[in-house]
Order: sequence, then C-alpha cells, then structure tokens
Amino acid sequence: MEERTLTCIRCPRGCAVTVTLEDGAVVSVRGNSCPRGDAYARAEVTNPTRVVTTTVPVRGSDTERMVSVKTAGDVPKSKVFDVMGALRGIEVTAPVEIGDVLLADVAGTGVDVVVTKRA
Amino acid sequence: MQDPDYDVVIVGAGVSGCATARELSRLEAHVLVIEREEDVCCGTSKANSAIVHAGYDARTGSLMARLNVEGSRLMPSLCESLGVDFMRIGSLVVCTSEDMLPGLEELRQRGVDNGVEGLEVVDRPRLLELEPSVAHAACGALWAPTAGIVNPFQLNVALAEDASVNGVDFRFDSRVSGLSRDDDGCWHVSCTTGDVTCRVIVNAAGVHADELHNLVSADRLAITPRRGQYYVLDTTAGNHVRHTIFSQPTALGKGVLVTPTTAGNLLVGPNAEDIADKEGTDTTAEGLAEVAEKSSVAVRDVPLREVITSFSGLRAHQPGHDFVIGEVAGAPGFVDCAAIESPGLSACPAIGRMVAGIVRDILALAPKPVITPWKSHFVSLERATAEEWAALVETDPAYGRVICRCRRVSEAQIVNAIHAPLGARSLDAVKRCTEACMGRCQAGFCTPKIMEILAREIEGVDMSDITKAGPGSGIVIRTDRDGSAGDGR
Amino acid sequence: MTRYDVVVVGGGPAGLAAALSARGEGARSVLVIERDTKLGGILNQCIHNGFGLITFNEELTGPEYAARFEDRVLAADIDLMLDTMVLDVSDDRIVTCVNAEDGLVRIQAGAVVLAMGCRERPRGALNIPGFRPAGIFTAGTAQRLVNIEGLMPGCEVVILGSGDIGLIMARRMTLEGAHVACVAELMPYSGGLKRNIVQCLDDFGIPLLLSHTVTRVEGERRVEAVWVAQVGDDGRPVPGTEVRYPCDTLLLSVGLLPENELSRQAGVELSSVTRGPVVNESLETSVAGIFACGNVLHVHDLVDYVSQEAGVAGGRAGAYADLIAAGKTPRQGHEIALRARDGVRYTVPQSIDPARMADRLVVRFRVGGVFENRYVSVYLDGERIQHRRKSILVPGEMEQVVLKRDELLAHADLSEVTVRLEED
Repeated sequence: MEERTLTCIRCPRGCAVTVTLEDGAVVSVRGNSCPRGDAYARAEVTNPTRVVTTTVPVRGSDTERMVSVKTAGDVPKSKVFDVMGALRGIEVTAPVEIGDVLLADVAGTGVDVVVTKRA
Repeated sequence: MQDPDYDVVIVGAGVSGCATARELSRLEAHVLVIEREEDVCCGTSKANSAIVHAGYDARTGSLMARLNVEGSRLMPSLCESLGVDFMRIGSLVVCTSEDMLPGLEELRQRGVDNGVEGLEVVDRPRLLELEPSVAHAACGALWAPTAGIVNPFQLNVALAEDASVNGVDFRFDSRVSGLSRDDDGCWHVSCTTGDVTCRVIVNAAGVHADELHNLVSADRLAITPRRGQYYVLDTTAGNHVRHTIFSQPTALGKGVLVTPTTAGNLLVGPNAEDIADKEGTDTTAEGLAEVAEKSSVAVRDVPLREVITSFSGLRAHQPGHDFVIGEVAGAPGFVDCAAIESPGLSACPAIGRMVAGIVRDILALAPKPVITPWKSHFVSLERATAEEWAALVETDPAYGRVICRCRRVSEAQIVNAIHAPLGARSLDAVKRCTEACMGRCQAGFCTPKIMEILAREIEGVDMSDITKAGPGSGIVIRTDRDGSAGDGR
Repeated sequence: MTRYDVVVVGGGPAGLAAALSARGEGARSVLVIERDTKLGGILNQCIHNGFGLITFNEELTGPEYAARFEDRVLAADIDLMLDTMVLDVSDDRIVTCVNAEDGLVRIQAGAVVLAMGCRERPRGALNIPGFRPAGIFTAGTAQRLVNIEGLMPGCEVVILGSGDIGLIMARRMTLEGAHVACVAELMPYSGGLKRNIVQCLDDFGIPLLLSHTVTRVEGERRVEAVWVAQVGDDGRPVPGTEVRYPCDTLLLSVGLLPENELSRQAGVELSSVTRGPVVNESLETSVAGIFACGNVLHVHDLVDYVSQEAGVAGGRAGAYADLIAAGKTPRQGHEIALRARDGVRYTVPQSIDPARMADRLVVRFRVGGVFENRYVSVYLDGERIQHRRKSILVPGEMEQVVLKRDELLAHADLSEVTVRLEED
C-alpha cells in the first residue's frame, strides 16, 4: 500500500489530493473537490499528462509578430519537450483564427496544436 | 612630414571633454573626441548629484574655486541656449548643532572670497520659512541663492551635439592603449579603433586620467576613484524639499545631500568611499545603508520607501584635492584636464574655456568666422501644458504616441534622439536624452517599445541587436530554439 | 467637448467587462480608451492556460479569454480609442487623453471607470546592491519579450519571487531552452497558486528556495551572477549563507502595484493596504462618479473575478451616468465601514450602503499570513452572521464572502461590518 499526496492542477484551487495505490494500481482517491480532480490524480500517478502552451512566429500580420498556441488536449508529460521540438521552425501566415490547427498529431501524441490568438 | 590626422584629440566625452570640444569648435581646428564607451556621458558625468554649486566650498585661490564660480555664472545662459534643463533653486548648508554655527559664517566668508554673490547665514526661523522640512535639530544654515540643479545628461549630450554640428569628430567604443611623441612633435595615439596622430592631446579621461598622464610624464598623477552612492526617489517625493540641502560637515565627516532634480525626482546621497577598482560603479548594502542613515541629519522624514532606483558614481580624486589643468611639463602638447571631481559639473563651462584657451595658445588657433548655433531636441511633455503638447502633435503625430508612460516620453522624442547628431543607439543613450526609463517602473513597460523603435530607425539593426549600454550589454540573447546561444550578445 | 455616458480607462479584462456591463441593453454611450494598439491588456501576453474556468467553464489561455470579451465589445456598439494614453481624469470627470491622430482630446464623462491595471515592482525599489547590467527584467517584461516579440531574455536564469508571474516564466523560459537555476522567495511561503508550483517548478525540477533573497548582482554590462542568501525571521539576509549563482538573467516577480497615478491626480483616496482606491459597495471611489475595478483596485489572482468585479463597477457606473444624463444629482450614500480584522488584511469594498447594495454583495479579501483550520466570520456589529470553516487560507489566494442586503437592512442601527478570522 502506498499513499501519495499531490496538488491537483486542474483549476486554480489546487486541492491536496491523496491517492492510495496497491501494486501500482489506484485503489482510492480523496481530497478532490470535483471529478476532474479525481481523474487528474489517477492519471498523475500512473500516466501524467500536461497541456503545452507556447508561441510561434506569424508572417503577414499588421498587429502580431507571434501567435500563441496550445495542444488541444493533454499530452504525456514525458513528451512536452518533444512537442516543443516539433514546433521549432514552424511559422504561420496571417490571417489565423483561434482554433486553427497548426500541427496535427504533434510528436505522435494524437493531439493537435491549435492557434489561441487571432492575427 | 605628413600632417597629423587632427590638430587636437580629446580623450574622454564627459562634460569636461565635451565642454572643451565645444569651445574648440569655435576655433579653426580639426578636433577628434575619443571615448571608450558607446556614447557621451557614460562615466562620472552620468552618475553625480547634478548640482551646480554656488562655489563657497572649494578652497579660496584654488582652481576649483575659480572655475566653480565662473561655471556657475555661465551655466544658466549656456543651458538656455543649448535647451538644457537648469533651475536656480538655491542651496542650504544646514547646521544641526549650535556649536557649529560659527562654521557657517566661515563658509560664507570663504564664499565671498571666492566671488560668490548673495550668500547669507540664516537663523532657524528664516530657515524654516525657506525649507519647512529641515530636521528638528537644524539651528541655522548658509543660504546660497545662486546654486542650482542641472540635467547632467542633457548638458553632456548638448555640448557634444553642438561640438559635432560645428565640425568635431567623435569616436566611440575606442580605448587609448598607448601614446608616443615623434621628433616632429606629433603625438601618436594608439587606439583600439585605429591609431590617430595629432598635435595636442587633451586628457579628459576621468578616473583613468592618471593612466594617460603617466604614459607621458614621470611626474606621476594619482587618481583615486572615490565612490558615492545615491537613492533616486519617485517624483511623488520630488517636492519634499524646495532647495538643495547639504549637511554641514562635522567631525564625523561630510553628510549627504537631499535635492530635487530637474526632472522632479528627489536625489539622496552620496557617501564617499575611496576604492581601488576603477570599474567599481556598483552599489553596496553598506553604502546604501550609510546614505539612508545620513539622509535624516538635515532633513526630516525623507521618504526613502519611495525609492525607484539607486546608483553609484566614481569621482576622480587626487590627493591635492584640486583640478589638474594645464600642459604637462616635459610633454609638450599634452594638456591635463584631470582630477575633475566635484565641483566638476558646475565648473564645466569654465573648464571648457580654460582648456580650449590653453590649446588655442599652444596651436595659435584663430577663431572661426561662422558658428552654427545649436539647440538640442529635448522636450519635456511632463512639464508641457496641454496646448504645448497639442501643438507638438500638430508638428509630428509621433508626439501623440506615449512610449514611456511613467515620464510621458513620446515616440517623437525617442526618434529625434536616434537621429540627433550623435544618434542614440542604446537604451541608456535614449534614456539620457529623453528621461525614458527613469520613472517608477524603471523601464519595465517601455523597454520592448524602445527596442522596437531603435531597430526600426537604425539601418541594419534588429531588436536582438539592441543593447542597454553598448557592446556586451545585449538585452536579449540570440537563440535558436534549441537553446544554444548565438553570438548576438 | 465630446460627451460619453461612461468612459472606461483601460481595455484589458477589467475594462472590457466594465464596458459591456455599462453598455447594458440600453442607449448609453460607452468609450474604452486603451494605450496599446489592441484590446486585451495583459492577457495578450499570458499565453498559458488557467483562465475562464469560472466564467466559461472552460480552461482557456489568456488571449482566448480576452478574445471572448473583445468580440462582445466589438459587437456591442462600444466606441474605442486605441493607441491612446489617458493623461488626466479630473474630479468632475473630464478625461484628457492623447494619440497620434487626434492630438490632445478632452472628453466629458457621465461616469468614469478606472481599469488601468498594475505595474511590476522593479529592482530599484528593492535596493538590491550591485551593478546595473543588462539582463535584469521584471517577469512581466520578460514575458512580453518572449511571447509578443519572440525574443529570449537569456539562457541561464535566476528568478526572485514566487508569485505566479515568476512561476509561469520559470516554465516558459525552460520550455524555450533556458536553464532556470532556482526561484528564490523572501517569505517562508510561496506567493503563487499551488498548481503553478507543480506545473512550473516541480515538473522541471526547479528548486524553490523559501526564505531566500538576492543580495547582489554581478556583471557590469550583462548579468554574470547573482548571490542568493537565506533570510532570517526579520526578513534580512543571514550573513554567511550567500551562494553565488552564475547566470545571465535575473527575473523579478516581487510585487504588483496598482497603477493609480491617474486616480491620485483625480483626488481619489487610496488605501495604503491595497494601494488602490477606497471604494463603496458600488465600487465607486471617494470621487463621485469615478469607479474602479480589476488590478487597479486591488491585485487579483484570477481573471474570472476581475470580470465579475468589473461587471459590477460598469453597471453601477452606467446607473450613475443615467442619473447625470437625466439632470439628477446622485444622492450621497450612508456608508457603513467594512472592517478587516484578525488575519484579514483588507476587504474590497471598504464601505457599504445597504440601501444601495444589490441583493447580494461579493466582498473580496485577502489574509495576511498562512492560516490553517480557521473560520471566516462576518459580524454585523456584535452579531455574527457567517462562520465558515476553511482548511487553508494564504495571502496569495483571494477569498470572498457574500453579504445579503436583507440581512444588513434587518440589523437595526448597523454601524460596522467586520470580516475576521476566528479559531473556533
């Protein structure tokens, strides 16, 4: 039996969530205030994931030099720097809209990178 | 024999060197100013109290006394014609101990002997009228109505611009590495950006003036960097005092001054510490603490919590405690303009005249028939009326775009500084000309914007090339996204 | 002189929400004046996640959150002056501003909403000794350089201050290939959200050094190293504990200061605790018809609460403007003091007129230290009306209590309302 206490990062409340594991499998989760916290805690101890937010250069915009982008969903935490690497050298051309797919299935994660700032 | 490249090479573009350059630009002479930093006003001239002293402090008969008083007389009209901020706010040497009152009278008498006008020893009631914020222990003061404050950056820049517009050449990022004189009496200046020959050298090299002097003379000059640290307080504290307030020196040493600045800030300092390192322009915890402690001697409740920045400056002190100005015996054509510690700024118009006079006599220079009058581009929107500002926007819409929010500095002012005769190329150069970056946010807001303007206005330069203060002070690092630093620093 | 019913100073999240609320459904004329060339304020550079969970029930990045409000403002017949700096707001609500096209412009407002946000505390205000090289940035300036200009401030980084901006930049710089050696924090606790400690520091193995500070900067032209020392209980560096960190960049996240120069000029009374205007239940300042919201009023952690607060201020400003337009004099309120006591550092608002309250009033507050297992209590004079247990309260996380107008009105001769922490 193993107990791990973590801070949930799903929302700014940052609940302290305690996960009980037995032989590597999650037995119980407590301390979360919502289902997302439960899901987060389970994932975090077995298969932690993160959303990656960064920027890429944009050409042809009157107002922006860079647009902000994000992974449309969580990617494995171990692949965060691979995502950053896949975005190196990528540029977009204006106009771009929030939600435009910049790079599909980034670093083989099955998750797309989307634009989060219009330009 | 080839003609030398220049008649005169001035080493150092501080106020002494630039005042001299401006005076020489009125004569038929080919003049070059060599400066080790990237711009004028990068040494002592940018890190001082910005006071134009009345002239009672220096020893009667000394060069300091004579040049201080003369400089103080010349300063208002010089600043007026150059477009430099100067305010004759007067100064008070405050006595906080009854037994020291006779010292005020001695100081007054010395001032009279030095030629200072209007000096008056005032009692406590009169002192409180003049300056309500004096310390409770203040029992009297020496009132010097002719003392003033000046914007030293503007002054240095304007002197240089005037000189430049009237034919003086300037070379920056240039260090003098050697000096020799040939049999024809021509000086060979070894310089990091290319050697130069000339007939006369003016040594206005600040804390390094001894190094230059000692290359040509066995009669050694010893300059000790005397470091002084200061607090700059927000403009919200700017009218805590109305005049420049000095503490009367006691057995424990000199106090610190508390003064408004021409930009409306409050300046507190300096202490005085002889150091060995001529690059020692850092502040220290001990030095700042000392200034903080001494600040309350003459003035009540100095609002140090309103500090926006602190800095330190080195004064070029030599043991004889007087300016060293004159042609060096055994080194004909080498003119010292050295040991220019306080009251160097106050004296600079007079120093320029004196040194230029020495050079003129050595080279028998004739005056130029025509001088280009020069007024610098400085504008203060902080102090402008709404109508004045509106009129400026009419002349140039870029006056309507505020870049430095804290000091209300517009894009037009920054562009003008970049395209001025000596052209600002760094953040600090823009700062000296415009007051940008000198506000309460200390360039947090305007840095990216000024970088953008510099990159736009200067050919062949992009934002990643912009420096704070010249080579080695790049603001951003060139990287490829793999994290390896490029050579943009 | 041009007239507007409501003039909003600032087009960031507070200004946008206030403008929408002021515009309402009716015919009020509303103007937003923004110094940048676009709306969005600080959100434009906050490219990370975490915005909008409360407002939209979605986790958005800063620019996405800003776009939601911007789209509504653009659709709502609200006038904009961009690339325009407000120079003065007078106590009779004349707004003076300047831009390149129009020069100096004066506008008479029925009501003004102050939404200027805040600035960062610089190195100079901390008196960190040493040289003044390139390479020292406040975290927000660094964030702007990275996210808006696409420039890297440096490669080897030390961060002073564990507020959210410092934590966010620790991650941002690391993702862009820099090495962040540590985050030093003066206090014995972090100033930022717990989630940011996890996803910005723990994720990258960046040490958080609590009760530490930077005592010296080396490097004449560019930062070469900083010295980090432990601090004692008195907050002063402990001699002998200094450690030298070679680096080329020092980021400072050492405090946000509400930007109240215009407020001061208008004669608005400021609180020395929040450094923002003292306001009543309508978020109206001490100058009639001038309202305040967002970071200029008090520094927030969550933009969702900024939008809520701004919605209140904008609505109240609109109502005030209606009275002015109808030639009526808004009547003086009968203000009851709202006191912060016993661990509560401040409340916003600082006074309430129950007769002018809406049904519900959100009172936002911060505590002055780290408290575990306390009760947040509300007293109407001597009568306790709320008593809610909280397992943890920290200065870095804004809290709130909700007051009901009926309850306040029912309490005879109410002279003060108190929010305090109690042990039981």
